This record gives sequence, structure tokens and C-alpha cells, in this order.
Amino acid sequence: MGGFPILSIMLLVPLAAAIICLMVEASLARSVALGATLVNLALGILLWLNYDIGGAQWQFTERAELFAGFSYALGIDGIALLLIVLSVFLMPICILASWTSITKRVGEYMAAFLFMELLMIGVFAAQDMFLFYIFFEAGLIPMYLIIGIWGGDNRIYASYKFFLYTLLGSVLMLIAMMWMVNEAGTTDIPTLMNYDFDPKAQTWLWLAFFASFAVKMPMWPVHTWLPDAHVQAPTAGSVILAGVLLKMGGYGFIRFSLPMFPEASAQFAWLIFILSMLAVVITSLIALVQNDMKKLIAYSSVAHMAIVTVGLFSFNVQGLEGSMIVMLSHGLVSGALFLCVGVIYDRLHTREIDRYGGLSINMPKYAMLFLLFTMASIGLPGTSGFVGEFLSLAGIYEVSSLVTLVCTTSIILGAAYMLYLYRRVAFGPQKNADAAAMQDIGIREWLMLGPIAAAVLWMGVYPESFLAPMRKDIAALDARLARAAPEGDAKLVAGKPRETIANEMPHVAGEHSGAGAEHGEAAEGAH
Amino acid sequence: MSSILIIVFLPLLAAIVAGLCNRALGNTVTKSITTGALFVSCGLSWHIFLGFVGGSAEATVVPVLQWVQSGNLSFDWALRVDTLTAVMLVVITTVSALVHLYSWGYMEEDPDQPRFFAYLSLFTFAMLMLVTADNLVQMFFGWEGVGLASYLLIGFWFRKPSANAAAIKAFVVNRVGDLGFMLGIFGTFLVFGTVSIPEILAASPSMSGSTIGFLGYRMHTMDILCILLFIGAMGKSAQLGLHTWLPDAMEGPTPVSALIHAATMVTAGVFMVCRLSPMFETAPVALGFVTFIGAATCLFAATVGTTQWDIKRVIAYSTCSQLGYMFFAAGVGAYGAAMFHLFTHAFFKALLFLGAGSVIHSMHHEQDMRYYGGLRKKIPLTFFAMLAGTLAITGVGVYWLHAGFAGFHSKDAILEVAFARGTELSQFAFWVGCFAALLTSFYSWRLMFLTFWGKPRWIESEHIQHSVHKTPEQAGEDTTGGYHPHESPVSMLVPLGVLSLGAIFAGFVFNPQFLDSAEFWAGSIYYNENLIHAMHAVPLWVKLSATIVMLLGVLIAWMAYIRDTSIPGKFVEQFRNLHNFVYNKWYFDELYNLIFVRPAFWLGRKFWKIGDEGIIDRFGPNGAAWLVSKGTVAARKVQSGYLYSYALVMLLGLVAAVTWVLM
Repeated sequence: MGGFPILSIMLLVPLAAAIICLMVEASLARSVALGATLVNLALGILLWLNYDIGGAQWQFTERAELFAGFSYALGIDGIALLLIVLSVFLMPICILASWTSITKRVGEYMAAFLFMELLMIGVFAAQDMFLFYIFFEAGLIPMYLIIGIWGGDNRIYASYKFFLYTLLGSVLMLIAMMWMVNEAGTTDIPTLMNYDFDPKAQTWLWLAFFASFAVKMPMWPVHTWLPDAHVQAPTAGSVILAGVLLKMGGYGFIRFSLPMFPEASAQFAWLIFILSMLAVVITSLIALVQNDMKKLIAYSSVAHMAIVTVGLFSFNVQGLEGSMIVMLSHGLVSGALFLCVGVIYDRLHTREIDRYGGLSINMPKYAMLFLLFTMASIGLPGTSGFVGEFLSLAGIYEVSSLVTLVCTTSIILGAAYMLYLYRRVAFGPQKNADAAAMQDIGIREWLMLGPIAAAVLWMGVYPESFLAPMRKDIAALDARLARAAPEGDAKLVAGKPRETIANEMPHVAGEHSGAGAEHGEAAEGAH
Repeated sequence: MSSILIIVFLPLLAAIVAGLCNRALGNTVTKSITTGALFVSCGLSWHIFLGFVGGSAEATVVPVLQWVQSGNLSFDWALRVDTLTAVMLVVITTVSALVHLYSWGYMEEDPDQPRFFAYLSLFTFAMLMLVTADNLVQMFFGWEGVGLASYLLIGFWFRKPSANAAAIKAFVVNRVGDLGFMLGIFGTFLVFGTVSIPEILAASPSMSGSTIGFLGYRMHTMDILCILLFIGAMGKSAQLGLHTWLPDAMEGPTPVSALIHAATMVTAGVFMVCRLSPMFETAPVALGFVTFIGAATCLFAATVGTTQWDIKRVIAYSTCSQLGYMFFAAGVGAYGAAMFHLFTHAFFKALLFLGAGSVIHSMHHEQDMRYYGGLRKKIPLTFFAMLAGTLAITGVGVYWLHAGFAGFHSKDAILEVAFARGTELSQFAFWVGCFAALLTSFYSWRLMFLTFWGKPRWIESEHIQHSVHKTPEQAGEDTTGGYHPHESPVSMLVPLGVLSLGAIFAGFVFNPQFLDSAEFWAGSIYYNENLIHAMHAVPLWVKLSATIVMLLGVLIAWMAYIRDTSIPGKFVEQFRNLHNFVYNKWYFDELYNLIFVRPAFWLGRKFWKIGDEGIIDRFGPNGAAWLVSKGTVAARKVQSGYLYSYALVMLLGLVAAVTWVLM
């Protein structure tokens, strides 16, 4: 790509479009927003195509020194690339999802989304720690506004809860960052990723970052903001929240906590495991008893993110790559599920599951897509959900069979709550006349859900497209973590191989001789 | 282009076309496409199979596409064809093609036919992926794929709440087994560093003496791996403990029961154990577990089968029981016998289900055998087909002639080999198997006698009352209610005819290959030469035992349902508790409901209301809000929800940061 500052342009396009949106009337604002997000999607694809797999670790780097060691530095590795592509892929879909459902203050709404896009790309592309911090924390502002202004009835409580949770974490993280800069003398993330902090200091730094990332993730027990935020957010807000904002927590672990504090990460791995195991079981059970569709999917997100955290802290390639794929997959699938909720919410204006039923009859196309995303959510092989879940859990098995056993129960519980949801929405008799009169999905909705469906299957059948870009980055991280990697509980001890098979039988000469005599000595195989 | 690619992917293509273009193409076109595709696959499969029977074909692996490569864990999409696969190919595609054809007639009046046929073809594709898998993960793909298709087909009549409940139950219970399967795959990868089946099988003997930690215990590596994998098989093959979904699965249309819940999907577990037989042979404890579970299921299901009234449920429990036979055959090391029974069972059980479907079709959707009776003369072709199936499942044959119906060859071989194996556990399996054979004969003939013999009892049925617009009082003496059962259309009778041929000849024709030929299996399963010799050398009474108990079963059934029909009532009266226990399926459903389902919902509500809202929110954000609102004016502004307050905190933070760095 030469010196073409593609990352800066990807930040500028939504910024410029956001300013335009603030000034023009509603219908034009929609088109401007869609146009800008599509341009960014095109740029994102360009970025992907030009990314040199197996090339330099950091590509498309840009750097401008500002003041006091603080610099405007951008650059991506394979991990960031995939998350940026996910972000720009979901954005046009979000704009389409808001096309008719948002009627008040459309310009401001579109501007908030475009500003959001800028910040998301910024988070994943920043190479300066304080630049990262600004993008990371500022990302809350547009989301806060989206929930607080265009949200549901209880939006103030939800946005306040969202704000309060994240505030605490961010203050601690900032203090830790300042300490680190003081210690290492640089704000450059790639340099810090290879800087060895004193293991004692690592403990406190790790906890400070953990406070922020655990809330973002969100991990049990700091997850309670998520269901409220999702329920109150408009559809597109939920999509971005589940699709990208939650990934910032995982990205934070993979970019900061693991490479910068390997010893502390190993030390706290069991904290992560325990919280994740609790999250898988508890939030899955809670999801089972929800009557609000969005709340159900929100709780399922917490359970899925727990698989991400155990995978990340398994300290091996399968776990790390699996976690990345779960993040990407969850971004697509939960986004799509929220869109599916939005499709019927737009028609009936309720999220209450019992108000629907029998939608397979009047909305067969919708039912089919909803089924696909449901299956992807419960990790059916052939969809994206399986690949990530399988790899993460295979990774964690190398560390602890107990953690694997508990976390793998998510395949049972996940199937239970998602199929129970699907049954109540799409199957059964048409018990509500208004739900039975709903139209099947139209072209706009096909354009939203179709591409996600294709991506979900693509990632499930040929995940190599997504694994290849991050392979060397994960390998590098794995190598850095190797010194702290915990020992697994398997402890395979080789022994002398048995000389006989389990059903060893003595040879009987002739087919019909010695009847009854041959089952005396045959018992040696069964001890 | 390799024919295996066509066999596997043609059904997928047909399913996609039929599923996506159902309205555009209409019923006849979509049905023709899917059925045609299956007959093509079937023809090609028989070609491959006969190649293996003739000894001219060799095992091959056809690579399709890279799948996952993560560190040293890698697996690809590939299609493996060897003798074991070839056997499964003919079973799957033959039954599937016939079921497709049968469904033309059976589903004639259904408004959603393209969807039904698309699901059937999708199922076939997934099942074919399962049996052609060259690595454990692709096997798991097929495993879950058939689970999805089963879920969709059980719940095909999705307006019925009972069908939806059964569909979810099937999926979730199977997932419990899949938990074991997944852990087994993870463990296998940990131990062997690969998930490729041939590599695992080759490396297994060298690991047979090793130990491994699992959940804090030290165990024999191969035993724990095989047990975990077998738990997966227990789920899919409805073995004791994870069997509860299978009887409920009868909510699906009858052709589905024939294809999925009799001939193919439920046998996937047996296939898995046979595919991994060299691995299981290094795990004596695991094989003992397999034997025990197989024998226990065999007995349990057969007892329940004797008391059910729903014709499909009787056959469902019968399937469960026959799968038990296959498992204990595998457990004692007779994989060829297990596969042989799988092969013959596919034909006669599909026949019995499709025959039952034909009866149900003719009886206006009535499934309760109490309201059948005397149908022999009314639907003679169905009767003869069911008769062939019954003779096959009960194992009718003459030892001295070496000739009999399909089950005679395969089931008797299993009993003989269990006896010949000679361990305590295998003796247990033998005796249990003999008793279950008696029960099999009893419940099969009970079904036949209740359905085809005796006086018509049709007017008691609500379905029939609906049809003839009469109540039993109005009908008076005429217990038929004036109803005229009609024989099924040709599209349903042809599959019955073809499967009848299978039920009659499959055992006789393929006996030498499946049981006695190491060359036929060519290393695709573990072939225990000495065990087979011992099997042929068992005493005469063992060889005749199956036939004797079969005759006994017929006799009892004849006494109770033909000669003196008051006997069953008296028996139930006498042994009320025992009957209730068996009739209520040993209370498994009630137990699981009590210890799993209801606590799950209860816990979910408690975690939500008390955990999340009562504790975390109360002392977390709401508590903070309370504190703050009681606090200073400045603090109140922070939580007031204004944007600038947040921006201010950030700005202050930044200023502090910059100041720090500057200092």
C-alpha cells in the first residue's frame, strides 16, 4: 500500500460523514451514513486484501509525534485487522437496521454511529497507549447517547448503569497506564508488549487492567449492566454493543494483559477460570428463564464471552485462536440475533417472547434465518460458533479437564435456552392474531441478515481465511507466554503397553472341536 | 470425479434446492429432485459396496477442503471410503431413497412437503458425512448435523406442542452425550496430538499402558478416552440413561422414524465404536462398560416394549433394545457381528416402521393398538410386509439348514459370540440377551396379533369416530363403525416390498462376508479371528437357545392375545406395581424432570432475582447510586447522567497523565 495512510482515512471518513449528518435533514443523513459506512467497508476489504500474511508484525503503520512522548501512532497486526474488518462489516448493517425504526433526531443518531465507528477502528488500530485509552473510553460516549436518547422506556437507568460500571474500571486502568509509562519510558504499545515488568508490579497492573476489561467483556459478576443496556438500546445499538464493544475487553486481554504481564496472567488464571465457569453455568441458567428476547440473548453473550476468557488464559495456540474466532463469531451471530429480534420488534413493538409464536407459518424466510443463527449460537459444526468454541475448549483441556468439563456444559445449556426461545417464537400455534399477521422479511432485511448468514457459514466451513492472518501474531504471543504457561492437569505418564487386546482369545484349532472348553482361559482381557 | 463426492454432496444440493426454492418449484418438482438425487446416490453406493464384497475395491480417502489448522491441531474435510463406510453407505442411501419414495404417499396431504423432503435429504447428507469421516471432528460434524435434522424432523409438525417438546428433548439429551464426545476428542488430541482416525488407531496400542489425570483422578488413558467417546455414542444411540428422547421422537412423521430413529442415525454410536475398534481393544474397562450398558439397555427397552400401546412406541423401544445387542456384541469384540446386526436391523426395522406407517395411514392416523384388530384381510400387502419384518426381528430360522430371516443370522451370532467370549460380563450379556430375545418375540407378536388378528375394535378410536361420524353407542354391535381401512398407494407399497426382500434375504446372503471374512473387512474394523472360531465352536444348546426363546415368546403372545384375551388384564391386576413400573418406562422421565429440568429453571430464577438483582445490583450500581445520592452535591452531579461530567473525568485523567509524564 506504500505510504497511503489507509487507517487514518478509515478514521476520517466516518468523522467527516458524522459532521455532515449533523447538518443535513433526516433522509439525506441516512444516505450519507450508509455511503460512508460502505466506503469504510470497501476500505476494510482493501485492508484485508493488502494485509501481508506472514509479513511484518505491524503493518500499515503511521506515526506522528505530538507532545511529551504522546504520539499519533496507528498500525495493525492480524488480530486487529480481523476486529476492524468485523467492525466495518457490521456498520452498514446497523445503518440499514435503523433506516425506518429511527424517526427522531436522525442526523444526530447517524452522527453518533459514525463517531462510534471511528472510535472502534481507533481502538483496534492505536499503537500508542494513551491514544488507545482515548478511543477506548470515548467509545462509551456515543453508546451512552444512543442508549440514553434513542433507547427504550427505562433508558436512563440503563445508560447510568452502563456508565457507572465502566467508570470505575477506566480510572484504575488509567492510573496503571501512567505507572507503566513512567516505568518503561514509552507509550508505544509494541514496545510495551515486549517489556518485562517486575512480576510484583505486574500483579497490581494486571488487576487494574482487569477491572476495566472484565467490565467490558463482561465477566461475572460485573455483567449486570449488559442485559439492561441491551434491552434499552435500539436494535443497531445492541448490534454494535454485542458485536464490537464487548470484543474490546477480549482485545484488551490479548493486547495488554497477556503479553505485558505474562507472570501475573498465569498467577490470576484461576481467578479467570473460576469467574468464567460461574458465568457459563449461572448466566446460561438465567437465560433459560427470560421472557424478554433481548435479555435472553444478552445473558447468552455473557456465557459465550466466558468461553473467550478461558480460551485466552489457556496459554496455548488453540485457546488463543479459538478465543479470537469465538469473538468474531459472536460478533456476527449475536449481532444477527439482535437484528432478528429487531425485525419482529419493528412489527409488533414488544420484546416479550410470549407475544409471538408460530412465526414459521407466516414468516418462513425469517424463521429459516433465525434458525441458522440459533444453531450458530449453540455451536453447530459447520457454523462459525463451532470452530471457535471447539478450539478454545480444546485449548483449555490442555490446562484443566475440570474447567473444560464445566465450560463445555454450555453446549447443553446453550442448546436448551436457545431452542426454547426458538420454539416459543417460531414454532407452536399462532396464538396471537397480530403476530400471525406480520409480513415476512423484505429486501432491506435480507440485505442485513443475508451477508451475516454467509459470513457465519464461511467461517464455519473454511475458517482458514480468518485463522491465517492472525497465525503468526498468536504464535508470537504464545512464544512470549511460554515462560509462564501453567502445567496441565493431564500429566500423561507412559507405561508399558499391554501385550494383549481387551478381548484376547486363545486360538481354537478347527471350527467345531472342543466345544465348551475354550471359555476358561479367556478372561485375561477383562481385568 | 470420484463417485463418493456425488453420493455425499448430491443430497446436500437437493436439500438446498428444495429448501430454498420450495415455493418457486412446487411440490412435484422438489420431491422429484430430492428423491431422484437419493436414488442416484443409492445406485452409486451399491456399486461401491459390491466392489468391496467382490474384493476388488480398496480403501481410499478423497480430500475435499482444508478445514481448521491451529497450532498442531489440524483437520480437513475429507471423505474416507473403506469396507465399514461402504456398509453404512448402502444402509443409509437405500433406506433413505426408499423413505423418500414412501413419503410421496405418506405425506400426500401435508401442506409443507418441500420442506419435509429438504430435511430428509439434509439428514442423509449429514449422515453420509458422519460415516465418511476420516477424523473425529468431521465425525462430530455429521454427528451434530444428523442431530439438527432429527430436531427439525421430529418437530416437523411444529404446530403440535408435543412435537416441539420432543424435538428439543432429543437435541438437548443428545448434547449431554456430545459433551462426552467433545471431551473425548479433546483428550484424544491431548494424548495423540492428532484427531486423524487412522493415526489414532495406529498409536493406540503404544498408549495402552499409560495413565492420565482427569478431574483430579488418575486413570488409564485409553479407558477414560474410550468411555468419554462412548458417552457420545450412548446419546446418539439412545442407550440406557440417555435413551429418554427416542420414544418421544416418535412425534415425528413415521417415515422419519423409519429412516432416522431405526435404520441410520441411532446406529451412529455403534458405527463409531466399530470405527474406533482398534482403539477400544486397548481399553478393557471401557469395553466392559460398553458390554454392560448394551446388555442393560437391551433388557430395559425390551421390558418396556412389552407394555406400550402405541404401535410406534413399541417399535421404538424395540429399536433401543436391538441397539443394545449391537453394543454388547461390540463390547465382547465381535465388531463384525455388531455391524451385521446393524445392517440387517436397518432393513427389517425400517420395514416395521414403514409398515406401521401404512397401518396408521389406513386407520385414519390412529396409533393405539387397542383400537386395531382384524386388519389382516383389509390391508393384506401391509400385513405380509409386517409379517416379514416380524419374522426377521424375532429371528426365525432353521439351524440345521443355515437358513432363516435376517435377524436369525445376525442376532444368533451375537448371542453365540457373547457366550463364546467366556467372561463373566459376557455371560451376563448372553443371558440377558436370551431373555430379551424372548421379550422381543413376545412384543413383536403381541403387536402383530393386536393389529392384524382378532375382532376389529376400531370404533373405540376417536380418529375413527371422527371419520365415520359415529359414537360407539351409535355403532352398536358393529365394532368397525362402518369404517373401511384402505390399502396404501403404490409409492408406499414398493418400499415395503423392497425392504421385505432385505428382511428375508439380507442375513442369508451376506452372512459369510460380515461374520467370517477378515478379507472383507480389510482392517476397517478390528477382526478377532480367534473369537470367531470360538463362536462357531459353542455348544449346540447355545446355538439353539435363541430359537427356543423365540418360540416361547410366540407361544406366550399367542396364549395371551389370541387364545384367551383376558390373560393380559389378569396379569396386570396381579402384578400391578411391576406393570406400572414397566409401563411408565421405569420412571426415567419423572426422575430426570425432578433432578434436572425443574432445578435448572428454579436455579435460573434464583440466580436472576436473588443473585443478579438482589445482590449484585443492590450492592453494586444501585448501592453506589444510593451512596452518591446521599453524598455531596458534587458527587450527585457525577451520577446525574450528563455527558459533560463523564467527559470531565476523562479530561482530568488525561491532564493528570500528561502532567505525570512531563514531570
